[in-house]
Amino acid sequence: MDRQVDVVVVGGGSTGCGVVRDLARRGLEAVLVEKGNLTHGTTGRMHGLLHSGGRYAVSDQKSARECIEENRVLRDIAAHCVEETGGLFVKRPEDSEEYFQEKLEGCRACDIPAEVIDGDEARRREPYLARDVEKAIALPDGAVDPFRLCVSNAADAREHGARIETHAPVTDVLVENGEVVGVEIEHETGPGKRVHREPGATEEIRARHVVNATGAWAGNVGEMAGVDVEVRPSKGVMTVMNTRQVDTVINRCRPKGDADIIVPHETACILGTTDEEVDDPEDYPEEDWEVDLMIETLSELVPELKNARTLRSFWGVRPLYEPPGTGTEDPTDITRDYFLLDHGDRDDLPGMTTIVGGKLTTYRMMAESISDHVCDALGHEATCDTADAPLPGSESPARMNELMDEFGLRSPVARRSGQRLGSRAEDVLEGVDPNPVVCECEGVTRAEVRDAIDEAGSDLNAVRLRTRASMGNCQGGFCSHRIAAELAREYPEPVVRDAEDELYQERWKGQRHALWGRQLSQAMLNHLLHATTMNRDGDPASLDGSVDFGAFDAGADADAAGSDGSEPAGTAAADGGRVGENAATDGVTDGDR
Amino acid sequence: MAIDSDVLVVGGGLAAVAAAVAAAREGADVRLVSHKSSTLRQASGLIDALGYVPATEPATPLREGPPTAGRELDRDEWPDPEGPLSDPFEGIERLPDSHPYRIVGADALREGLALFDDLAGDAYRGGHTDRNALVPTFGGSVKPTARYPASAEAGLASDPRPTLIVGFRSLTEYDARAFAGRLEAAGVPFDVAGAEVEFAEAFRADTKVTRVAKALDHDEEIEGTPAREALARAVAPHLHDAEDEAGGVERVDRVGFPAFLGDDRGDEVRAELADRLGADVFEIPMGPPSLPGLRLEDRLYDALADAGVRFETGNPVVGIDAAADGRIETVSVDRKGRETPYGADAFVLATGGLVGKGLDSDREGVREPVFDLHVDQPADRYDWFVDDAFGDQPYARFGVRPDERCRPLDADGGVQYENVFAAGGVVGGADVAREKSASGVSLATGVTAGREAATEANE
Repeated sequence: MDRQVDVVVVGGGSTGCGVVRDLARRGLEAVLVEKGNLTHGTTGRMHGLLHSGGRYAVSDQKSARECIEENRVLRDIAAHCVEETGGLFVKRPEDSEEYFQEKLEGCRACDIPAEVIDGDEARRREPYLARDVEKAIALPDGAVDPFRLCVSNAADAREHGARIETHAPVTDVLVENGEVVGVEIEHETGPGKRVHREPGATEEIRARHVVNATGAWAGNVGEMAGVDVEVRPSKGVMTVMNTRQVDTVINRCRPKGDADIIVPHETACILGTTDEEVDDPEDYPEEDWEVDLMIETLSELVPELKNARTLRSFWGVRPLYEPPGTGTEDPTDITRDYFLLDHGDRDDLPGMTTIVGGKLTTYRMMAESISDHVCDALGHEATCDTADAPLPGSESPARMNELMDEFGLRSPVARRSGQRLGSRAEDVLEGVDPNPVVCECEGVTRAEVRDAIDEAGSDLNAVRLRTRASMGNCQGGFCSHRIAAELAREYPEPVVRDAEDELYQERWKGQRHALWGRQLSQAMLNHLLHATTMNRDGDPASLDGSVDFGAFDAGADADAAGSDGSEPAGTAAADGGRVGENAATDGVTDGDR
Repeated sequence: MAIDSDVLVVGGGLAAVAAAVAAAREGADVRLVSHKSSTLRQASGLIDALGYVPATEPATPLREGPPTAGRELDRDEWPDPEGPLSDPFEGIERLPDSHPYRIVGADALREGLALFDDLAGDAYRGGHTDRNALVPTFGGSVKPTARYPASAEAGLASDPRPTLIVGFRSLTEYDARAFAGRLEAAGVPFDVAGAEVEFAEAFRADTKVTRVAKALDHDEEIEGTPAREALARAVAPHLHDAEDEAGGVERVDRVGFPAFLGDDRGDEVRAELADRLGADVFEIPMGPPSLPGLRLEDRLYDALADAGVRFETGNPVVGIDAAADGRIETVSVDRKGRETPYGADAFVLATGGLVGKGLDSDREGVREPVFDLHVDQPADRYDWFVDDAFGDQPYARFGVRPDERCRPLDADGGVQYENVFAAGGVVGGADVAREKSASGVSLATGVTAGREAATEANE
């Protein structure tokens, strides 16, 4: 019988990572299990907006207040994950003046700092804004990197004794005597970090409590336990531009609608989004009209978007939930609030709690409330400190500048490594010499890639999420093989090859939605580089059949020796004696050619 | 007043040069105009003819409708390609009917390769046989190719001599150990080891290969030691890294380096290294910026001058200036912002494909921007791709459809202009990347278009 841990948290998105961190810091023994990479579900597929609360200031003031509160917390505890871009709600001539005023009053009612600026001032701040934008409300929206945020939470949890298992889908929820007692997971490889070609294993993890933090997938986990969780997944598209047309979050100031936000994110801008209910969070269509809608509608705010290059598009599913019987028809009207479902109270099945709804900005608050609940259930007394304790990498923003100097981090490349790594820069950069750039588009160096490999094994998509390597213009064309080559120090060749193929194919998937203009040219260049020059598709190492090497040209000297059937000529022999064996093979297979 | 010639070639890559020289050899007065430096610097410098007949039918039916969110659900399955082919000519008849080789014929390929051999001279090898060679490239895989730079000759994979692959810690393109492992996985008939050594560390971080090549050309001193000697010293401790089948130590007979062994004086650099190491030395073709590609570009432009072709770069042809009776009379050339008419009796369009911008696209469609020639394409852009990056990608076959004289056809299959001929990447129908046929298609269509343009001009 396996021993029992205190809590298993299912789901490695922002909520699950926040919960496992909180529980670990309160002294509970916790395990996080995630079926893919951290952020694999919805968290890794959002536009990266750190809400000021402005978006909900009219429709849902409770959410708006929570947003501004947590917005302030995250700037503090997760400085290296947040970019304080500021945001604008802009009004075009056709947008309602009445709504603009309601928005302004709503912000003030929710304690969201808001300032009205005229069109000229808005264009002074953001020169690409359309000329007919009349005015705007400026407020403290920001950009947050969901990958770094989750990884930092997981890392902190691990420092406090938690275990993190990715690529480990839950295959069963263990129910004994009317009570949830743990889960069964299927390690794809391992346990431990994922390494291609290593065999996997099944594992039962017994726990005093199970937290279902799987968002849009909560119904699937509920089903394994025999309870109904009526999540209403709603899809939204996000389109990634190749550069930052704006440095401020731009929102359209109107009641609700598709394609109304542009979020600057690292080197890119992300356009969002749509809101359409789907049946299955993994099987819904990703359609070209959605991409077209982003570009057409948002170019009303920033006309330049029409001519700009898009890199890719991706879709995410919101884990919307409403209590049974509410019956809202339009998914845009479903509340963005979160719900904590105690299955003991609700379904007479103690030992499991589900959390659904909510949003990334308030992940920490959700985690705190579910951790309170779990501690209650387990009779464990401890206070929550996650609102004050900085996440790893964010401990000392002042120290960052010193480190930049110490490592000679003056170039743009190094400055960006510094921003990504935060206060971890010293640990990561030390001892990797030489430290060449591996991903040129995003300025990612070998030190960062190796640091990520230490954490993520041979899973290069996990390395990508940690470092942004392969997320720029070339979409892996110039760097996926270089990132893979960094695995060779630790892993054998077939692992390197499999890992590279997986990353390249993953990068291709998003580009399918951006295949026109310059990105189509880029795709063709990538195809030529990887198929023509590197022969990745026809490499005998990966084909089933074997190759008769003797049937191919072995050089003019070898052929000359083979064709006249004589012993190697003196000159050829002096040249290194290469001919003998080869001439014989050639003679047999190619004598009549 | 128009600038006139018998034949005007638009473009500056391998196909354009082949067409210009072929036309000049027919006695035509030829002028070549190209927009910017060719894409040769992005190419490996290998001259492929046909290495595979790739599958055009998936192993299981393709998904219908738009992509779905299923992360692992929508991967296509494609059978392995047929190949590597030891004889490129033997595979031609199994290519699709719309393939340029099927249209211009195997003889055009033969003629194109012969022209290339003539232009490249002793810088290239492989012309002694019809057979393909298998050349290791920087991913560590071997690829079939018809001609290869002399600097790559000692590295052919059918040569059984034990081999050392050298990588450099400051160079990120490949890791020599994985490279050697991949060659072993391919079943190469020689023992191979990979070693990562220190050398390029002497240069500033992220030094381009062109900088290293220059240091070797001039044998610059690196920390007091001449560069070639320093390089040989870095590699020497690894000459016994290979193991024979019995696990015994084996001295290697040849050593492979990234293609940075000199630019102007490559032969001299290789010879000195070979002498110092007591082993043959070869270059591994690399990605951009590619020295073998740049060297080839230089050689081709020399050959162009030798053939009496006048050429100018930096001036794009922006469109048709005058046309009548189904013939183009003059085209507009943008010379530093001023449009100048260039007249000719025949025109060769060799502007490249999607990479060289000979094809342009937006969300609505793909077009040929100079003459607005017809480009076959599915109406819905979501039919331009398949889900497997290495599947039969429709976009990879985009281009104009030629007749047997390389004249582009309109949507109804009629000749679009009597005196326009197309060559190289702008011609569709081939998936040159999966077939390993890019240079061969350029040469075969280049010589055909050039010759036919000269014939047209003579009439």
